[in-house]
Parts: sequence; structure tokens; C-alpha cells
Amino acid sequence: MTTTQNQYSSRQPYSGPGKQKNLTIRTPEGIAFSLAIASPITRFVALVIDKICIYVASSVIGLAIQLIGLISADMAGAFWIVASFILSTGYPIAFEWYWRGQTIGKRIMRIRVMDEQGLRLNFSQVVVRNILRFVDMLPGLYLLGGLFAFFSMRGQRIGDIAANTIVIQHAEISEPDLAQINPGKFNSFKELPHLVGRLRQNISPAEAGIALQALLRRDTLDADARLKLFAEIRAHMEKVARFPPETIQGTSDEQYVRNVVDILFS
Amino acid sequence: MIIDLKQFIEKEKACWEELEAVLDQLEKEHTASMSLDEVRKFHYLYERVSADLARISSFSSERGIQKYLESLVARAYGEIHETREKPHQFRPVAWFFVTFPQTFRKHIRAFYLSTAITLAGCIIGGMALGLDASSREILMPFDHLIMNPKHRVAEEEKVTKDHLKGVKVRGAAWYMANNTQVALVTMAMGATWGIGTIIMLFSTGIMLGSVAVDYMLAGQTKFLCGWLLPHGSIEIPAILLAGQAGFMLAGALIGWRQRIPLKMRLRTISGDLVTLIFGVALMLVWAGFIEAFLSQYHEPTIPYSFKIAFGCIQLIILTFFLSRSGKNEALRANVSGIASRATPEARSFLAKSGVAPTLEEVGAKTDEAEPTGENVEQ
Repeated sequence: MTTTQNQYSSRQPYSGPGKQKNLTIRTPEGIAFSLAIASPITRFVALVIDKICIYVASSVIGLAIQLIGLISADMAGAFWIVASFILSTGYPIAFEWYWRGQTIGKRIMRIRVMDEQGLRLNFSQVVVRNILRFVDMLPGLYLLGGLFAFFSMRGQRIGDIAANTIVIQHAEISEPDLAQINPGKFNSFKELPHLVGRLRQNISPAEAGIALQALLRRDTLDADARLKLFAEIRAHMEKVARFPPETIQGTSDEQYVRNVVDILFS
Repeated sequence: MIIDLKQFIEKEKACWEELEAVLDQLEKEHTASMSLDEVRKFHYLYERVSADLARISSFSSERGIQKYLESLVARAYGEIHETREKPHQFRPVAWFFVTFPQTFRKHIRAFYLSTAITLAGCIIGGMALGLDASSREILMPFDHLIMNPKHRVAEEEKVTKDHLKGVKVRGAAWYMANNTQVALVTMAMGATWGIGTIIMLFSTGIMLGSVAVDYMLAGQTKFLCGWLLPHGSIEIPAILLAGQAGFMLAGALIGWRQRIPLKMRLRTISGDLVTLIFGVALMLVWAGFIEAFLSQYHEPTIPYSFKIAFGCIQLIILTFFLSRSGKNEALRANVSGIASRATPEARSFLAKSGVAPTLEEVGAKTDEAEPTGENVEQ
């Protein structure tokens, strides 16, 4: 049985009252994965982009219809009415179905509509959530839908609640550059296998993770903050395994952490 | 235990990329089907990447890789665990003649409610106009309706040429788009626990009732029937069906006397809602054509008797369609279900008596089974 649960992340900003940041889904295989819920602001920007797309498409169709108007003004008028209606109502349905929960705006903003249980999006869900835009738009400018999205736990507007869908944010995925941890440099710690063994045995994955993340994000830190952070990590590491003074003589705090991470993760 | 990240990535990366490629392919061609070997491979990759995710979640705080694997597992999970009862190709003819009327009948109580509210509106609108003729402008918010019925009929019957030449198709398109929008709003208003749907239906009823009484009091009943019946015999039922869909949504939200959770209730009706929406849209497309090409022409151009007969026949066909179409298929499907669970003797008895198909036929029928209810998706 699939279960969903709330999971807060201290790294992400709190974006609304009582709001979940992530939707964690536990699969029948016992694997948990989390989906970051898109903020109402991101969704609004995507909506604006979609409206612009509809406007541009309408203009292009309008030009084509002018040509039909040369043959029959009546037919041109009919085409224009039908095309406008289909564009405004059918655009999100067609794109969300064909692109698996994405429209042009959503794709640009890296957000996607998903089933609330992480399942494949159903055609009926796509239709229901888009038809209910008529209610979400009330009394104007998506006020009702916006309020629901802002105050509901999972950022759902009325259409999402009725269709059991959520809108998730795709994280920018990049493989960590592990080469920068200790790129081809001599590591004096490796000459002391008994201390390396003690370090590996006594350090927890969380502690090792902090050291690794500090190195991977070093370029995003201020110079002072970086010095302070690596000094603190070194002080902590030294409590776990103390290397002889001759091995660490002249080694900066950051290099010390590099050497430790090199041992732990390779 | 801390995993050797470099080695871990080097060893597993090929699997991740392979799964990503399969997922990209599936998302690009979502009607394509996989062979058994491809399915096996896909499942293997899903399990392997899931195991990698479990490993990296437990033994490393490397968020980049973890997020990447989470996104792969989430996508694969969505592909593997379907919400549909059975994948199939959309069959428009079967959908129209079987699924749509079956869905209508399945939620007939919501239709009765929709009809009752509209009728109540009609009665109140008619009574209001009958008791206070000065209320016409409030009850009938359209210019052509406010006009005195006798004057309007006289003007319409003066016309002998095709006065709508050159605007008919545009008119049909406008009727289609406008009426479909009204129907969609009526249905969507079900999300306000049905209050919006009630208001929409009731106000439609008031307008219809007041117009009808206005023309009847002016002695123009024949004109009224000839004008409204050709398109109204489809358009008004379509709006009632939209109201039915709105009440289905409201019923699922309220969940009165239902013990299943809200999400499940909504999931259960969503397919039926979509079926009704598309059915209503089709009805309104037809009504739009009739309104533009037939309803707006009066005697002497087209005799009222012809228009009234057309409207009545159309209403009878619609009633027959909604109440009977697809009924045999539903019965046959039920009997097939019973027959497939019956003992061989009982099955042979059912087959001999012609009540149920043979087991072979049941098998063949099951393969050809048409979508019902929620299965509108491709």
C-alpha cells in the first residue's frame, strides 16, 4: 500500500501557512521518495506564460482566419469563435495530457502536475482539474484558486483537490563533482592505515555528509564563513581520530577536511 | 557504513541512464506498448535504482544524487503503478453509444435533482411573470426576449428571405461555444458543494419558465414550440446533464452516507464526470447547428408543424438513447461475469438457454470489452 507523508526540510524556505514543502511517498517496495511541492508564485508565473502562449497562438490563428475571411466571412467568424474557445479551454488539457502534466509555462518553470499518490496522471484528472478552473477563477484573477493554493497543505487549488492532483517542482539535477574533493593530490593520511580504519569506523554517515557537503559548496560560502566552517569540522574530526602532528603540520583546515573526505568516500 | 561514492556512481550510472532513457521514451510515446522482455528489463531497472536510492539515502548525505534517483524512482513508480483499471485505446463509437448513456443512468438521481431544480425555477419564473408582468426585464435579461411576443412573432413572420444568410455558421459556432461554456460552469460549480450548480439551474429555469408563460399568455404557444423545440429538445437536456455532473461532484465532496474517504470518492466519479462533460459538449454542438440552421427560421419559411415534429422526434430519440442505449451490453457484461464464475454445468445450461454466452464467447467478449465509466482516457 502506498503511503504519503509530510516531510519538512530546514533548507527550504517556509512558503505558506501550514504548508508542506515535500510530499514523501513510500512505495510498496519500501522505498521512499519525496516530491517538492511547487509554490503558488511559481505556478502563477507558469500560468502567465501559458496565457501569453494562448495569446500568441490566437494571434497566429487570427492571421490564418483572415485568409479564410477572403473566401467566406461567415466561415472565418465561426472558425475564430471555435478556435478561441478550444484554445482557452483545451490548451491546458491537451498539453497536460500530451506532456504528462506539463504545459509550456509549467515546462519553463520546471513544474509538473502529478497524481497525489505519485501515480501516472489520468486523462479524467487532467480534464477535471482544468474544467474546475472556472471555479478557481472566481471572483476574478484566480482569487479563489489562489487562496486555496496558498492555504491548503499541499498547495492545491480547488481543481487539484477535486482531481487528486498536486503540482510539483522539479529540482535542478546535477551530478556532484567529486573530483574537486581532492583532485589527484597526495594524501598523507593514507599512509596511516590504522588511523584511517579508526576514522572510518567511528565517523557517522551524517558527519561524513556534512564534511562532503562543505567541500562541494565551498564556492558558495563567504571567505570568513568558509574558514570558520572548516575549522569547526576539523576540530570535530580530530576528536574522532587524531593524526600525528608531523602528518598534519602545515595543513590548512580545509585541506584537512579534504583528506578526511577523500579517505571516507573512496 | 559510508559508501564509496565514486565507485558507487561509476558502477550504477549506466543503470540510471538506461532507466532514464526508457522513461523518456515512455513519456514521449505514451500509447506505445512494451514487449515482455522490455517490461522485465524496465522492472529490473526500477528495482535496481530503487535499491540504489535506499542505499544512498541511508549511507550518504549526497543530496544531488539522492534527488536525481528520487526523481527517477518517482517517474518509474508512476509508470508502473497505473490508476486505470485496464489500458485500452479510446473507441469513440462505443463510448458514445455505450459508456455515455450508461454513465447517465448510473447517476440518474443526480439528473432527477437537476431536473427538479430547473422545473422549480420554471414554475417560479412562470408564476412571477404571470402575477407581475412588469418583472419581465428582470426575469428575461436578453433584448430579443423583452420584446412583446406578439410584435416579435409578427416581425419574424414578415421575413420571407433568408435573413440569416452569411451569419448562420458564425451563429452556430457562437451557440456551441457559449452553451458549452455555460454547461462547463454549471458542472464546475458543483465544487461549491452544489450551491453554484443549484443557482445556475434555478436561474436557467426561471428564464425558461418566464419566457414560456410570456408567449403562452400572448397566445403564441405554437410559435414558442416551433422556436424552442428544435434546439431546446437537446440543449435543455444537455444543461440538465451538466447539472447532473455538478451534483455528482457535489455529492462526492459532501460524501453524505458514504464511508469512503474524500479522495477515493472524487477518484471514483472523476471518469464519469469527464464522460458526461464530453457527452454534453457533443449534444451542444448538435444543438448549436439546429439553433442556427432551423430554430431561427419561422413560418412561412419553415412550417411550425415541421419544427415542432422535428423537436418532438428528437426528444423521443434522445430519451430512448439515454434510457436504453448500451443496456444490452451492460446486461451481457453482467451475465458474462456470472457465467465465468459458474460451474461448467451451470454455464452450459446458461449457454443452451441463450441467456449467457459460452465460456469461449465470454473470453472473446472480455477481450473486446468496452470502456465504462471512468475509462475515457486513451
